[in-house]
Amino acid sequence: MNNDVISHRASDIRIDLLLIADMIPKGARVLDVGCGDGELLEYLRREKNVDARGIELSPDGVNKSVAKGLSVIQGNAEEEISHFPDNSFDYVILSQTLQAMGRPDRILKELLRVGKRAIVSFPNFGNWRVRLHLLLYGRMPVTKSLDYPWYSTPNIHFCTIRDFVDLCDELDIKIEKGMAVDSVGGRMGFNVMMFTNLFATQGLYVLTRD
Amino acid sequence: MSVEQENTDKDDGFAEVVTLGENDPLRLSSGETLSPFNVAYKCWGTLNEDKSNAILVCHALTGDQYARGKNPITGKEGWWPKLIGPGLPIDTDKFFVICPNVLGSCSGSTGPKETNPATGEPYGLEFPVITIADMVSAQVRLIDHLKIDKLFSVVGGSMGGMQVMHWAVNHGDRVKTAICIASTWRHSAQNIAFHEVGRQAIMADPNWRQGRYFENEDRPHAGLSVARMAAHITYMSERSLTAKFGRNLQDRDKLTFGFDADFQIESYLRYQGISFVDRFDANSYLYITRAMDYYDISAEYDGSLTAAFEGTDVKFCIMSFTSDWLYTTEESREMVRALNAVGAQVSFVEIEMDKGHDSFLLDCPDMFNIISGFLQAESDFGEGSDHE
Repeated sequence: MNNDVISHRASDIRIDLLLIADMIPKGARVLDVGCGDGELLEYLRREKNVDARGIELSPDGVNKSVAKGLSVIQGNAEEEISHFPDNSFDYVILSQTLQAMGRPDRILKELLRVGKRAIVSFPNFGNWRVRLHLLLYGRMPVTKSLDYPWYSTPNIHFCTIRDFVDLCDELDIKIEKGMAVDSVGGRMGFNVMMFTNLFATQGLYVLTRD
Repeated sequence: MSVEQENTDKDDGFAEVVTLGENDPLRLSSGETLSPFNVAYKCWGTLNEDKSNAILVCHALTGDQYARGKNPITGKEGWWPKLIGPGLPIDTDKFFVICPNVLGSCSGSTGPKETNPATGEPYGLEFPVITIADMVSAQVRLIDHLKIDKLFSVVGGSMGGMQVMHWAVNHGDRVKTAICIASTWRHSAQNIAFHEVGRQAIMADPNWRQGRYFENEDRPHAGLSVARMAAHITYMSERSLTAKFGRNLQDRDKLTFGFDADFQIESYLRYQGISFVDRFDANSYLYITRAMDYYDISAEYDGSLTAAFEGTDVKFCIMSFTSDWLYTTEESREMVRALNAVGAQVSFVEIEMDKGHDSFLLDCPDMFNIISGFLQAESDFGEGSDHE
């Protein structure tokens, strides 16, 4: 696994995106919801020959994706995903975007309506630094990866890894695979929820319908 | 070097006119036929050996084949000067660009102004009612004539975008990519309503004479001018009108309490109307607006846009403008959603512009970047996969 990550580093893609890319089989149909400038999709098309599609809110992101030859539509993820037919993708990716959704519960259901599997990553608000920040300073945490003051942040629905697992349970979503990701985007070895929720900066989950 | 020189020289010249369908009549949507018919067109760039670099540019309602270079009739610059040319988004150093005048228009292609071979006089209302499909059929004949099997791209805004969508849906095997800007998949009731106002203005002009004004000196300029004025309002946004004119008075300090052009906007519209009649034929205006009204790419598919797109291999790039209330973002999104529903390759951007529908003809860096990026990536990607 370690060697794998190092060999991939040369290909200029963020490490947390690589963890996602590694889980997607060759030739899959993939929708990246909130695809940014198309970095992950371009990598997947090149390395895994996937049939790639994206949804992105920022016109600049769409512009950059289109210039990479990707098919990306501009729009609000929660609105646009509802227009895709059931089972139109093998994998639907929601990377670092769950916390910006109006209704994270509804988007999770939508991901699994449109895709056979969903890959979801999100910042873990249960991380000890976040907890300590709130405890010590009594102010909403602003960290490197969550770099907005509370009143203007697009990240309106933070959760901890424990919250996320509970929500999946409530929605009858099966967690096929879950991993804790550290601050540099590498995979952490924890299996115990208490440690995962305390030390992971991100959660990364592969979901299917129960 | 000599080739480049030749192309630059061709920029400002008159269009080529080719006579087609002499032995093979063009069958129209109405059931009537045209034989022969002329297509006037301009080309820029050089067609490569395997004829794989051709881009067809489709013009809008009152446009013509002079997308680039000086229009020899009006003396004005072409209508997409910053989009088409060497090193520009539609790069003529790389692509062979063809821009034909649409059937029914009045800039050299067969239309109501041209001579009816059967009677020896101008067609007038003898000209058959045509559709967007018929315009495209004539373009298909032109592409056949140029011995181009498959277009690298078809590009157009507004009515040009309607031609683009018709190409993609009905001649998808001859198009690799399609760029549709500020357009729609069918004319709405509101679109038809505005066009009807324009047509009624022309037909109410006593000089129109049931379309036989060519028999007299006088032209239905008053009617055509009013039609243009009404249409021109729909091409701009309320915000851009306010920003440009507001309630400013025209060359006066106070209201005149008469019906002169007190306001700048009145003066501007009158100028738009008057300058239009010199370059456009009133009957062509009737025919082309009719063609747009009849446009609905879902019509042959029981009104299902999804069915129309089913199985398409064309790669789409669709753009709309925030302030365009004539062909709205929602209409573009309907196409995008239907394309996504059938798993087609489609990109879409709503561009922030406050100039209304006309934005597609204006200096719009976001639009230029998208088109440039899309075409560049497609040609790189296409070349890459050829080598594999």
